[in-house]
Amino acid sequence: MSKVDWTNPTDPGPAKLFEKSKNVHNQRIDGPFRRFKWLVMFLTLGVYYATPWIRWDRGPYAPDQAVLVDLANRRFYMFGIEIWPHEFYFVAGLLIMAGIGLFLVTSAVGRAWCGYACPQTVWTDLFQHVDRLVDGDRNARIRLDAAPWGPGKAAKRALKWTIYLVISFWTGGAWIMYFADAPTLTVDFWTGQAALVAYTTVAILTMTTFVLGGFMREQVCIYMCPWPRIQSAMLDEKSLIVTYKDWRGEERGSLKKAQKNPGEFGDCIDCQQCVAVCPTGIDIREGPQIGCITCALCIDACDKVMADIGRPRGLIDYATLEDCEKEAAGEAPRPAWKALLRPRTIAYTLIWGSIGLAMLFALGVRSHTEISVSPDRNPPFMLMSDGSVRNAYTLKLRNMESRPREMAIELHGLAGGVMWTDAIRRDDAAAKQIVTVPADQTHTVRAYVVAPSGTAETDFSFTVTSLDEQGESDTVETRFAAPGGSR
Amino acid sequence: MANKNSPTGGLGEKRIDEPTGTAFVGHEWDGIEELDTPMPRWWLWCLYLSIIWGIVYVILYPAWPMIDKATEGTLGWTSRGQLAQEMDAADLAKQSFREQLAAVDVVKLQDNPEIMQQAVAGGFAAFKVNCVQCHGSGAAGSQGLGYPNLADDDWLWGGDLQSIEYTITHGIRQQGHDETRASAMPPYAGVIEGEQLAALVDHVLSLSGKAESNAVGAALYETNCVSCHGPSGEGDRVQGAPTLADAIWLYGDNRADIARQITAPRMGMMPKWEGRLDPVTIKMLAAYVHSLGGGEDAVEVAEEPAVETDEQS
Repeated sequence: MSKVDWTNPTDPGPAKLFEKSKNVHNQRIDGPFRRFKWLVMFLTLGVYYATPWIRWDRGPYAPDQAVLVDLANRRFYMFGIEIWPHEFYFVAGLLIMAGIGLFLVTSAVGRAWCGYACPQTVWTDLFQHVDRLVDGDRNARIRLDAAPWGPGKAAKRALKWTIYLVISFWTGGAWIMYFADAPTLTVDFWTGQAALVAYTTVAILTMTTFVLGGFMREQVCIYMCPWPRIQSAMLDEKSLIVTYKDWRGEERGSLKKAQKNPGEFGDCIDCQQCVAVCPTGIDIREGPQIGCITCALCIDACDKVMADIGRPRGLIDYATLEDCEKEAAGEAPRPAWKALLRPRTIAYTLIWGSIGLAMLFALGVRSHTEISVSPDRNPPFMLMSDGSVRNAYTLKLRNMESRPREMAIELHGLAGGVMWTDAIRRDDAAAKQIVTVPADQTHTVRAYVVAPSGTAETDFSFTVTSLDEQGESDTVETRFAAPGGSR
Repeated sequence: MANKNSPTGGLGEKRIDEPTGTAFVGHEWDGIEELDTPMPRWWLWCLYLSIIWGIVYVILYPAWPMIDKATEGTLGWTSRGQLAQEMDAADLAKQSFREQLAAVDVVKLQDNPEIMQQAVAGGFAAFKVNCVQCHGSGAAGSQGLGYPNLADDDWLWGGDLQSIEYTITHGIRQQGHDETRASAMPPYAGVIEGEQLAALVDHVLSLSGKAESNAVGAALYETNCVSCHGPSGEGDRVQGAPTLADAIWLYGDNRADIARQITAPRMGMMPKWEGRLDPVTIKMLAAYVHSLGGGEDAVEVAEEPAVETDEQS
């Protein structure tokens, strides 16, 4: 195999337009950062797979699924919160918070999102553990990759890809559970009664998880994802990144060489452990680069080696570029957490927190009752046989509570005006009517308002009041049209 | 190849970007240079796959525009065909509702709010096609032209669901149709004229309090009008005689209009819709007209069906 070594400046070889992707076989490693990665993985996957199965009692008129995006009925449920489409700004607010949260995290701890919480990272990590489980650790996998195809390799590949598929299918299957009642949908899904869109979604997500997590892996981060580029722009010299302290590590040399020639070599013994454990297959010693997702596994690996050979930890470590320069100049290393507190991160935290508080406040004080009125314009008014004038209005009464509510609709500012509705008989016309609005719905009422003969065109208002302990009310101005126009 | 443009110009010699170890392409803009980073191989595969997808698409679906039409594609798919399919599906979906509605007696429609609601919606659509030409898109009719307002509470032939359905089915003064609603106001030109006419107009206006009554007019009214319009102008729905005592005037409420209606009455005509529209659509239209705000309860006119059978016999 005559491969071009693109990383070797001295021998670039003939120019190739396309590069074959190299499989990354990262080695198992244990350490504080690996354990933190395990924790994040269990948390994120656990939240993703389990959330749709959490129940939340909302009474008989609303679904009992804690988190549910009910597209058909246009409702979004999240535990005690229910969002209607007109309140989508709450979702927009959440997205803004997510964006500012990303600014905050990136300016403070660099590409931590990439390293720990990004789904691409989490699923790639999971699939790499499957590799390890089926094929063994790094060296075994490299050997198996190079080995010619035979029954043993085929069996191992079949087993591995089957596990990939099961995980992928489970991933795709969990997604649709957020959009319908999970237990019902599961039964429907397996009995062939679910909607076509459910099967299509599961198929697409199974395929993307299988391909992106099983095969594309770091290629997604390096070539496809825009975040690394955006995050590079958000980092500055005060952000924590995973960095190799070259002033301490160079000149690299094996332990033996270093023992023979004390003082000539740095701490790096060129054991390649940092490269071996890297899930994206890069060499951190080349400096900050787009392929580094800052998962910190190389820190674990290097710290372990340093401990074994009796040198201080932190040859590869979380550090800011600024601190690195100071340290190289001979200053004492600064604890990493000190890099977190600075005006930029504090400002982001304050903005992030105030948006969150503002949204909580808005959620807390929002009204669950609303009325909107649309007057009939054709005809604008109707002369009745007794000479009185009738106007027709379409009222929309909004009941955002998960129970039917009695609401009173009242006319204000229309002398002698009475109304009846499509459900209330004309004989019962009055200035105040009681309507029962079904649970969690916008109820449309056709209201006919009659004012005595001689009423001039005038402004008046409808007021709706909920007849329960909440006593919420809403008023809307509208116009009463009459013959002769406004006087 | 790439090094042909290399600023160094050396054959086989490439300038290398130190941090990445990648060769320069040789393009430079204000000190910013392009690296000759190879594309990942799978990118190329994606390109090949999309080419294959494109070929398959061209074979399966209409693609190449020819002189009179496009190539057809082996699946035979067309957007018009898809529309027709969707329309069929929509018709099929409506079918069950139409069957339900057909089974409900029109007088019982109000007891089924859900069916009533759907019928009103369907009637609204049918009204827009068949009725707006005369009655207007808001169903307010036209006073000057004598097209009745369907949204007020004044009905010539009855405002309950059954009466409305009957009117729509059989029309008003439909020639050559025995069951049509028919009545005629006789012309009084040459019979009541001049002072007498003015006196009668005054008396008619007095019925709704718009003028002072007088002995001449009252006497004329008593002789000529009471049989249909009633002693106090209350009208008679059985004959379609309009109420004269209310605020609603089909052909205008000024003296000239009323005088003209006495001497040379205009009488509107409404076609029968039986045969043109199916009974279910007519039922939906009745429901819609009834819902416009002046609809009367069937209870009030419980005896009316009997009256109508009288009329038909």
